[in-house]
Amino acid sequence: MIDAALIWEWIIKSLILIIFLTVGFMYVTVYERRFLARIQSRIGPNRAGPFGLLQPAADGLKLIFKEELIPANADKFIFLLAPIITVIPALIVLAVIPWGEAMVIFGRQVNLFISDVNVAVVYIMAVTSISVYGITLAGWSSNNKYALLGGLRATAQMISYELALGLAFMGPVVLAGSLSMVDIVRAQQSSLWYVVLQPAAFLIYFFASIAEINRAPFDMPEAEQELTAGYHAEYSGMKFALFFMAEYIKMIAISTIGATLFFGGFDGPFVDQIPWLGPIYLLAKVVIYLGVLIWVRASWPRIRYDRLMQLGWKIMFPLALLNVIITAVVVVLVN
Amino acid sequence: MPVIGTIFYAFLAIVAVGSALGMLINRNAIYSALFLVLNFATVAVLYLALGAPFIALSQITVYAGAIMVLFLFVITLLGAEKLPGYEPIKGHRIVAIGLAFVFIAELVLFFFFRNQVTGPIPLIGPEFASPRNIGVLMFTEYLLPFEVVAFILLSATVGAIMLTKPERKSTTKLSQQQD
Repeated sequence: MIDAALIWEWIIKSLILIIFLTVGFMYVTVYERRFLARIQSRIGPNRAGPFGLLQPAADGLKLIFKEELIPANADKFIFLLAPIITVIPALIVLAVIPWGEAMVIFGRQVNLFISDVNVAVVYIMAVTSISVYGITLAGWSSNNKYALLGGLRATAQMISYELALGLAFMGPVVLAGSLSMVDIVRAQQSSLWYVVLQPAAFLIYFFASIAEINRAPFDMPEAEQELTAGYHAEYSGMKFALFFMAEYIKMIAISTIGATLFFGGFDGPFVDQIPWLGPIYLLAKVVIYLGVLIWVRASWPRIRYDRLMQLGWKIMFPLALLNVIITAVVVVLVN
Repeated sequence: MPVIGTIFYAFLAIVAVGSALGMLINRNAIYSALFLVLNFATVAVLYLALGAPFIALSQITVYAGAIMVLFLFVITLLGAEKLPGYEPIKGHRIVAIGLAFVFIAELVLFFFFRNQVTGPIPLIGPEFASPRNIGVLMFTEYLLPFEVVAFILLSATVGAIMLTKPERKSTTKLSQQQD
């Protein structure tokens, strides 16, 4: 079963995913800045290269040459560890997402996913739940009161929204009758996309995932006016770049998971005949989803912290629970 | 393959025991918590290697992702990372050493008598630990324990919410006196 070729296949697929995510991170920053500028009637960065396409390279070079500061009484080991354990969950969470139908490359049957475990949804929940550590530890180890407050806010917020997020996953899981992402996409191919069948679960997923990655309008952990930047206030240079990278890779990750769970993943017209269309459809869906995330950031002001907690615990959590119960009852009655 | 397997298990065992010791020995509560997280993760990898991915990932979600995050949250919130140098309970170290010896004796006994298990161990299929099987078992064979646990958790949640409610007794008494 496990031969050398299969191991090479895994390595190559993992490399493709990681390169896609890091290059994707670079261009999502440009995408966000240009799109945000358009919404705000500005031009945005357009000087480095054609249409500002070399802007991420310029930013990366600048960050490499910045001085790396470590605060005097910081816990050095954890201070160095925190950015690393923030990036790793963001990079590995997409391992269970299928990109397309199995196809034949160089005479070899290749499945377009790294792993089709029958517990893919639980895997995603496990990885998102450990992504809290980096932020908590960054806030604590900086020895800075604003960073600590930001870290605490981030922890409380992520724990609160994780429940609604996990319950939102349950809608598609109950409908598809499987925890595997491949099965969920297959089930959507044979029926409707789950955004039609599960609109409540999709809305809960959409907002809970924004809160989970600490983006506007739920970016309380890094509120500039009150916390000066929150948990990464003391970070500079490449360590700051890692936090920045984690944030944008998480954006790509939630877009891909959302597109797979609710918008049919690689499903689209003619994908049965031409399997190469699968990854292209998925990419197109992810780009549109990312555009909506940026649009949301541009449109809504940051909400107050107590309101955020009330929204999470008193509205989204009961709604998500109700949605799971109703879905389960309907599925039992129909079948 | 068996040699690689043995090396793999030895490595996991060393990491698991080492992280457990690190959690006990460390004087900084944050480091202790992180060692415990590493321990949970190692045990999860062991479950994964034994063909139980659902249990492995539940272990990470529940223990590493929820319980230890709450521990870490409370430690950082209270600033309680520095443990006191003295013994909070008198003489607990001596009791602990005695209990450790009992445990080691138990392990040694198990090591000597492990081959005397009679009868073959029944093989379990790959589907044994699948989410479907676990769910079916929970709602048929183990329904009563499952419901009891659910009830205990519910009452604990209600209790936790009641504890956070501000005390209102004194103010109501005051208002009654005024009436």
